[in-house]
Amino acid sequence: MRVAVVGGGPAGTRAVEVLVRAGYRPLWLEEAAAHGGRIYQRPFAATALGGDRYGPDSAKAAAIHALGDRLRAASDWRAETLVWNLRPGLIDTFRAGRLETEQADRVILCTGAMDRIVPLPGWTLPGVFALGGAQIALKVHGVAIGARVAFIGTGPLLWLVAAQYLAAGISVALVLDTTPFSTKARAAAGLLAAPSTFARGLALLARLRLAGVRVIEGGTPVSIEGTEAVAAVRVRDRAGRELTLACDAVGLGFGLKPESQLADLASVPFRFEPAQRNWVPEHDASGRTPVGGVYVAGDGAGIAGAVAAELAGARAAWAAIEDSGGAVAAEEVARLDRAIARLKRFRCALDRAFPYPAWLAARTPDSTILCRCEAIAAGALRKAAEAGHVAGGADELNRAKAFTRIGMGRCQGRLCGPPAAEILAEALGRSVAEIGRLRSQPPVKPLPILPEAPR
Amino acid sequence: MRLVRCAGADRPRLRFTLDGAPAEALAGDALLTAILTNAGHVRQSEFGDGLRAGFCWMGACQDCVVWVEGVGRVRACTTPVAPGMVVRRA
Repeated sequence: MRVAVVGGGPAGTRAVEVLVRAGYRPLWLEEAAAHGGRIYQRPFAATALGGDRYGPDSAKAAAIHALGDRLRAASDWRAETLVWNLRPGLIDTFRAGRLETEQADRVILCTGAMDRIVPLPGWTLPGVFALGGAQIALKVHGVAIGARVAFIGTGPLLWLVAAQYLAAGISVALVLDTTPFSTKARAAAGLLAAPSTFARGLALLARLRLAGVRVIEGGTPVSIEGTEAVAAVRVRDRAGRELTLACDAVGLGFGLKPESQLADLASVPFRFEPAQRNWVPEHDASGRTPVGGVYVAGDGAGIAGAVAAELAGARAAWAAIEDSGGAVAAEEVARLDRAIARLKRFRCALDRAFPYPAWLAARTPDSTILCRCEAIAAGALRKAAEAGHVAGGADELNRAKAFTRIGMGRCQGRLCGPPAAEILAEALGRSVAEIGRLRSQPPVKPLPILPEAPR
Repeated sequence: MRLVRCAGADRPRLRFTLDGAPAEALAGDALLTAILTNAGHVRQSEFGDGLRAGFCWMGACQDCVVWVEGVGRVRACTTPVAPGMVVRRA
């Protein structure tokens, strides 16, 4: 049996570990130069940055790095390899300027996640970066996105990145969390399912407030101001008072969304996860999808965090081993299942504590750029929705894409997809689940035009 | 806008060319870091709505693409800068 693992983050690394331990030599495909994923991404110059770049997760990062280093020789490790399409039993890759097709009987997709956005007026200005990107800039590249930074969004990452910037000596102009304090307080009991993580979160909040950072919970971002670069942010506080705060950069992020295009291309059905307000590939607790031989694990299967990703990667590998008739370590699998269930309770509370502000996305001003690839404004989508009152109109997201080109740009709807669905749902008076999701297309990322085609 | 260096500033310096002018970066920099410590943007939007400077830093948004002589179009956030690299902003 040939098993392929796509992705070298926490889930992929643990999946490869289990497979190697069980005597397999998996094909291990990673788009980046090194394993670690985005959460534990390594700098290009391995020793250059030094210091405690992964913060409280340094021990976990070091463990994944060391494990992956050891597993490279025991697996068929392919770095800098983009998986751009999946077909039954076949994996289409692009590596070192060449298209290649690999065969695999089973494939475990550990494709991770990315930032989820609400577009604001001015969000395409130089100096506005995704929140996770702002963190990668600091921890991987040793640079801050600006000298005075505003952080706008919601989610635990918002507070973590702001605190990391503060610790790096950067001036934090603002932390605006669209979620009110009361919403978070209601989820507190559930968050105690992971007491140390919860305590760490509270300590972050305290540190930011102690440092005198302006914090607005339950606020509304209005716009990002500037002509050729960020100059200020305009926001409203909980009482509705408008403030303009000078800054030269903005970190923007409203939770994460799965990078699940490959599961889509493998014909895995998707379901809408209302708590996360994300579409996720269908799978059971072991990572099995309804498509035989295709498994999903980690944040690419639904946002659960890096710790859960390690467990899910290992669990999916055991499922693949079991399905191909291999011997399964039953006690270890039971332990994994229990740990995954425990973390799921914590994640449910976290989802309640930091909901995606669908209301804010739905009211994106008509003139605001929604699709940054093709500079298409939100009003164009609303116009298409109006046309939907006649037969053949934009009554779901893929038809709206055909009418407006939203989602046809280089990022293939990764950024505009979720807010576009909210805008269309509001315009049509339907639920966002009914609006659907943008279907994935190969290649899942841009490829250079080459004179050869895959076999 | 300019990126602010917070760590690893003691790495060896290297020279590259940005839009025909000499520029300096540090060994191990991503091309995005190298450009945005020298200049305020990486590209113009093809649709006339102004300057762009990348966004996601994780190879997903494709908003930091630049041209490298002899290589072609690359994502600046996932490409390491190299000595002598000739970079053209789109």
